[in-house]
Amino acid sequence: MSEILWQVLQHVQGYIYPNEVEVNWSVLIALYPYITGLVAGAFIVASLERIFKVEAVKPTYRLALLTALAFLLCAPLPLVAHLGHPERALEIMMTPHLSSAMAGFGFVYAWYLMAVLLIELYFDYRKDIVMWSQEVGGIKGFIYKILTLGDYNISDEAVKADNKIVNIVTVIGLPSAAFLHGYVGFIFGSVKANHWWSSPLMPIIFLFSAMVSGIALVLLIYIVSSYIRGVELDRACTDTLANYLLYSYLLDLSLEFMELAHLFYTQEEGIDAIRVLITDKLFWTFIVIQVFLGTLVPIFLLIIARTGIFKFNVRKWIYIFVTTLTLIGVFAMRWNVVIGGQLISKTYLGYTTYIMPLFGPESLSLALAIWILPFIILAVLIKLLPPWEHPHEWEKTEAE
Amino acid sequence: MVSRRKFLAIIAAVAGFASFKRKVAAQEPVEGYDWNKHKYAFVVDTTRCIGCGRCVRACKIENEVPMKPFYFRTWVERWVWLKDEEGPKVDSPNGGFDGFPPTYDERMISKSYYVPKLCNHCDRPPCVQVCPVGATYKTKDGVVLVDEKYCIGCRYCIQACPYGARYLYPADGPRETRRNTADKCTWCYHRITRGYKPACVEVCPVGARKFGDLMDPEDEVRKIIEERRVQVLKPDMGTLPQVYYIELDSEVR
Ligand code: SF4
Ligand code: SF4
Repeated sequence: MSEILWQVLQHVQGYIYPNEVEVNWSVLIALYPYITGLVAGAFIVASLERIFKVEAVKPTYRLALLTALAFLLCAPLPLVAHLGHPERALEIMMTPHLSSAMAGFGFVYAWYLMAVLLIELYFDYRKDIVMWSQEVGGIKGFIYKILTLGDYNISDEAVKADNKIVNIVTVIGLPSAAFLHGYVGFIFGSVKANHWWSSPLMPIIFLFSAMVSGIALVLLIYIVSSYIRGVELDRACTDTLANYLLYSYLLDLSLEFMELAHLFYTQEEGIDAIRVLITDKLFWTFIVIQVFLGTLVPIFLLIIARTGIFKFNVRKWIYIFVTTLTLIGVFAMRWNVVIGGQLISKTYLGYTTYIMPLFGPESLSLALAIWILPFIILAVLIKLLPPWEHPHEWEKTEAE
Repeated sequence: MVSRRKFLAIIAAVAGFASFKRKVAAQEPVEGYDWNKHKYAFVVDTTRCIGCGRCVRACKIENEVPMKPFYFRTWVERWVWLKDEEGPKVDSPNGGFDGFPPTYDERMISKSYYVPKLCNHCDRPPCVQVCPVGATYKTKDGVVLVDEKYCIGCRYCIQACPYGARYLYPADGPRETRRNTADKCTWCYHRITRGYKPACVEVCPVGARKFGDLMDPEDEVRKIIEERRVQVLKPDMGTLPQVYYIELDSEVR
């Protein structure tokens, strides 16, 4: 690390406090809100079907839940990998210091994983699992037997009861998902020492960008997995998801605009430093990637797609392009918040630079590895709990 | 704190741990020291500091702060106002460790001064508030400390400190137990609890740094704070710093 700091020192501009050369929250901490955002967003997609009865997106309901789980399982990884003393990580739950926003992470996380996502998945899949446990043998069958948790009752009443539980859990789950990610935004927004972060809007902005990224991720995975499975895309589902992507984009855009407008209109101390931060230090990642490629272009394309002037076949490609841009753009947003906020000195008189190591702790390669892992987990989950092969009653009737 | 301890006890009991170790102060005070009888404060006289950097050197040696130019428990800044120029020029080469080279043309300077900086041991310390495990804590005598055996190295406190007073003790730093934990000025807690002054105060040749006890009516620092016009850094942050500056320019932050 020190070698990199020598390099960074050459790039320091203006006056920063001497301890500020090092960017303390690295790429891993940018990855952390990105991943939790995807979890929250994916869960919200699933809830659309459950709570708001958006029939069209049913084909992605279970896929969205599995996606949320796969990413949630990886959400603590960047945090733990980043700690100076990862072996003490559990202290955050054993001896939480309750005035700290961060101390809640373990509990919020555990609540969301244990009390919401796993329960919802279990009851949603219970009937299928019981059936699979009777049909399939070998190791897989054994896993299903464990997953039944010993409850083999799949009478109509039992399944109805399951359904009720899922509905209730979803109702609890939606605010939980919002809280999980809004809370991550609060961790940044409550740091008053940092002008770029300190904003009560931060949790809400985080939440809406989470929805944007989550919808994009589920849509992209749905399109790609359908291609891999060689099945037709459900047009209504794809278009509806794209519409929701557009709506959340518009909300997200207006929130971010309000935030910036507030910053520039109030002209508080440090505004000049922030201006330089945006127009110079973060020019590429903020103006070009986040705002232009990651927000304006997708919104424009989604509006075009919505007009219906293109055939579904073309729209599909637009969606693939848009969702990819979205995923990049939202990561850029996390990057600009986390890394950007640390480039600007608390003196407001200077800037440091972030040099990301390629290998080693807190490096690009580690971040990539953590980013790929949820996809591998998702692939395993999909193999084990196919979100499509044993459709629910409603899916069957729809298919007929 | 009490409820938290209770909470710990419950957790410990539930988890079935026979003994549950709670933190030992990182800088253990001397035996017989009573922290209820002191309330410390620090005064910096910006009219006196000459930017020699002795305090920075003394601090690094006394507290095993790595000698690299990225880690400081205390540093000295030079603030220079040039004629016909808006805004100050500020620098602190290597934290002022080697003193300051004469960078500016004397005739162009309208005013200039040195500002020694250190942890402000805020009365409302954001670093303590945000520490998720309570490794950063405020003692009864007013000192903010980090328990190196407890810190998980999350660096939230570093982000929260408005004064850049904290840094992460590097993995190759000389003091093994402190590696990868947050570190910052302790007002030399190991010295002051034994009745000595902090190292930087001790070595300052011009008395620009003063350390004292507000509970002692005869104390020089207490008198200065009571009688003179003093100012703290970034008062708008609401952190209630306990390092008071004599004749501080409002631009300094
Ligand atoms: S100056 Fe910074 S490190 Fe010191 S008590 Fe205040 S917030 Fe904490
Ligand atoms: S780095 Fe250590 S002292 Fe600072 S907030 Fe994290 S655990 Fe607390």
